[in-house]
Amino acid sequence: MEKETLLSVEDLAFGYPERLVGSGVSFALRSGEVLCLLGPNGGGKTTLFKTILGVLSPCGGRIAVAGEDVSTWSRQRRAQVFGYVPQSGGGTLAFTVFEMVLMGRTAHRGPFSAPTREDREAAEAAIEGVGISHLARREWTRISGGERQLALIARALAQGPQILVLDEPTANLDFGNQLRVIAELRRLAERGLAVFFSTHHPEQAFAIADEVAILHDGRLAQLGPPEKVITAATMLEVYGAEVDVLSVGGGRFRVCVPRALT
Amino acid sequence: MALLLALVVAFSSGAYDVSPGDLFSLLWSRLTGTATTVPSVVETVVLQIRGPRIVAAMLVGAALSAAGAAYQSLFRNPLVSPDILGVSSGAALGAVLGIYLSLPVAAIEALAFVGGLVAVFSVYALASAIRGRDPILVLVLGGIVIGALLGSGVSLLKFLADPYNQLPAITFWLLGSLASVDQSDLAVLAVPTVIGLVPLVLLRWRLDVMTLGDEEAAALGVNVQTVRIVVIAAATLMTAAAVSVGGIIGWVGLVMPHLARLAVGPSNARLLPMALLFGAAFLLAVDTVARTLGEVELPLGVLTAAVGTPVFLWLLAFGRRDI
Repeated sequence: MEKETLLSVEDLAFGYPERLVGSGVSFALRSGEVLCLLGPNGGGKTTLFKTILGVLSPCGGRIAVAGEDVSTWSRQRRAQVFGYVPQSGGGTLAFTVFEMVLMGRTAHRGPFSAPTREDREAAEAAIEGVGISHLARREWTRISGGERQLALIARALAQGPQILVLDEPTANLDFGNQLRVIAELRRLAERGLAVFFSTHHPEQAFAIADEVAILHDGRLAQLGPPEKVITAATMLEVYGAEVDVLSVGGGRFRVCVPRALT
Repeated sequence: MALLLALVVAFSSGAYDVSPGDLFSLLWSRLTGTATTVPSVVETVVLQIRGPRIVAAMLVGAALSAAGAAYQSLFRNPLVSPDILGVSSGAALGAVLGIYLSLPVAAIEALAFVGGLVAVFSVYALASAIRGRDPILVLVLGGIVIGALLGSGVSLLKFLADPYNQLPAITFWLLGSLASVDQSDLAVLAVPTVIGLVPLVLLRWRLDVMTLGDEEAAALGVNVQTVRIVVIAAATLMTAAAVSVGGIIGWVGLVMPHLARLAVGPSNARLLPMALLFGAAFLLAVDTVARTLGEVELPLGVLTAAVGTPVFLWLLAFGRRDI
């Protein structure tokens, strides 16, 4: 059955008042789908995310959720629909993991209200959902980067979102944690979330993405299924890297292998 | 507990010794309305002289400490405090101007509040305008620069002041003292302190989210600008109230929230009450020492600096970086 479009971005222009970062960006995302955003550093990936989240105002174009224009939505309403996992978030203070995840419930109460039992249960469920219950009482400053990333995903889940936006969720992680986080994203999509994440590893796109978008110089250079988008020609054009795209593990995985380290 | 102990010691010590027994007997008679055997001179000392001063010390300490805790959460920086952000200097300039113009206490307080607000918003605007550098460094340096500028304003007023009446008053007041506090000052102190504290307590959960940074807080659904303005205004009002009654009493707003955070963690639901208690107990203890240690009263600012500096250095050297 063809699912309806949840998030649609049409001809979006984004950036700062004094400097336009990107324009002409259009794509659509359905529930249960994973969209992976690739592109070189400084290509505008983070700015695009902030614009979709409403932290920055769009410079043009339209963002809609289930057909409804979000430009008039309050911060609170956006935070109930978009769960956000920043690149290295969580601040520097020694909140416990539970307190950190509980902050994900902020948009579900008034500005003066203390967390309710419902909020606490939602936070606990989110922590359990990503399998870090054993960390709940640990302090933010005493856990590893991978554990933080999982906790931030739990916080985003506690927001009760329909769309999960993750800015390079594996950027600072070791190899094992990268795999864990990527596998978690796939599971979340299977539970019906729309997942939109950025990365520098094409293998991750091959592994879990339904669609890949490549943001290059502020424009969507390519959009489509990973096998079609991630090709030797695209990698050369976007990253200036000469690679071969190989199929390994009996065709189960695809990888980009550099041709020469020049 | 420490606060209770400090309270008993504070009521007991001074030029006229009051035994803890007399103190409780007096308290009991007041509560129950029965007659007491305690001499009336004790009653006068406790209720008329020491009472207002003790309440003032606790209020000033609590206000400075809670304001410091709020600033630290808001600016995501355990190094900021009313002194470092220039709020104290701004409030001092406002208050000194009020003294210079021989204005009534309420007007002095209003000027202190305006001065504090001008200072903190200048520092904040400066830090926002200078991008591309370590924001914490810019914030702290900005506070020092603005504070120095406002301090020179204070110096100018001292230079212009009448050297026989106003200058000693200004100088003594600037060093920080609660010696001249009477019951009328308590209202001037308590009302703005409570007005400032209420929004901080109400916004305590939002304040936690603000420690994550503007963009993350916004993505979590917080109206960042509104919360920031309310918190700055509230914390500055508390600082101004404390400064206009007690003068410049440094270090309380920096060190006490720091220690409170060590004790109960960064969550403002626990941090704010703990900072209030720590601040109240600390300044009460310091004020008690100030009026009992020597023949003449020592300025409070001098004592808080003498205690605060080593504590802060210890925190800097051995404390957990993440606190």
